[in-house]
Amino acid sequence: MKAVVTVMLKSGVLDPQGKAIGHALANLGFAGVGEVRAGKVIEIELAETDPERARGEAEEMARKLLANTVIESFRVSVAE
Amino acid sequence: MNAAIVLFPGINRERDMAIALEQSSGHKPRMLWHTETDLSGIDLVVLPGGFSYGDYLRCGAMAAQSPVMGAVRDFVARGGYVLGVCNGFQILTEAGILPGALLRNAALRFLSRDCHLRVERADTVYASRYRRGEVFRAPMAHGDGNYFADDATLDRLEGEKLIAFRYATPAGEITEAANHNGSARNIAGIYSPNLRVLGLMPHPEDLIDPLMGGTDGKPLFDGLCSALAA
Repeated sequence: MKAVVTVMLKSGVLDPQGKAIGHALANLGFAGVGEVRAGKVIEIELAETDPERARGEAEEMARKLLANTVIESFRVSVAE
Repeated sequence: MNAAIVLFPGINRERDMAIALEQSSGHKPRMLWHTETDLSGIDLVVLPGGFSYGDYLRCGAMAAQSPVMGAVRDFVARGGYVLGVCNGFQILTEAGILPGALLRNAALRFLSRDCHLRVERADTVYASRYRRGEVFRAPMAHGDGNYFADDATLDRLEGEKLIAFRYATPAGEITEAANHNGSARNIAGIYSPNLRVLGLMPHPEDLIDPLMGGTDGKPLFDGLCSALAA
């Protein structure tokens, strides 16, 4: 199975990178750009074939390493 | 005093730290590769500055999982002294040994410049050669030094007087302009509750000799080395 872990800064944590991207989009002439937030996507191939166990494994990986839960939140999706 | 400096791949300030420790203690520190786990006979563990593992994922995230950090965690639990500077501070927070996290600098720029630090308390082995409220100069060189913690943690750090240094003006005022990286409450360094673990972003080890432009950082190492030699 493949797990996809999306890691984002928690709301309330300043995201200067997202802000800079937002400014650049406005400079390019994109009107109506509101808040922009930047995060990370990590794809992991897993030997596990059961979707629920794969999800559990990926969530543990996210808690232990992929996300720093002091500042980041994460969500996991699994696919064949 | 037996000091050990931990080497992670990508660290680059270990020699500066070794010079500072040797100059103040008269003893060469031991260099400890990140796969080593034997800290017996060590009084002080130093996590130096640099860019361990290329800052991949998050600064210090990979180093925090290395074998030596398990030993450092036990060492801290036994009451050992640990100093983490710059990347070393990031590693201490990633390992959960100190609270909070170091975010990207608020202005997004890598900062390579001097800053001024106000000593928030002087009754620790690290700050005993300064006076409370004294300001000293220290070089900073980091892209991710913006200290963050939730309000409850910040209130606890302040309430328990665990803030070691704050970014200040040369006159000791805590201002936004002096807070170059945008850190919460101008925090530049914090202590563990037993005051034996210190993490800070700036580099006192790079201002210990007149040839380097000053000796503002030397009292930190003089105080630390004499306290641990006793």
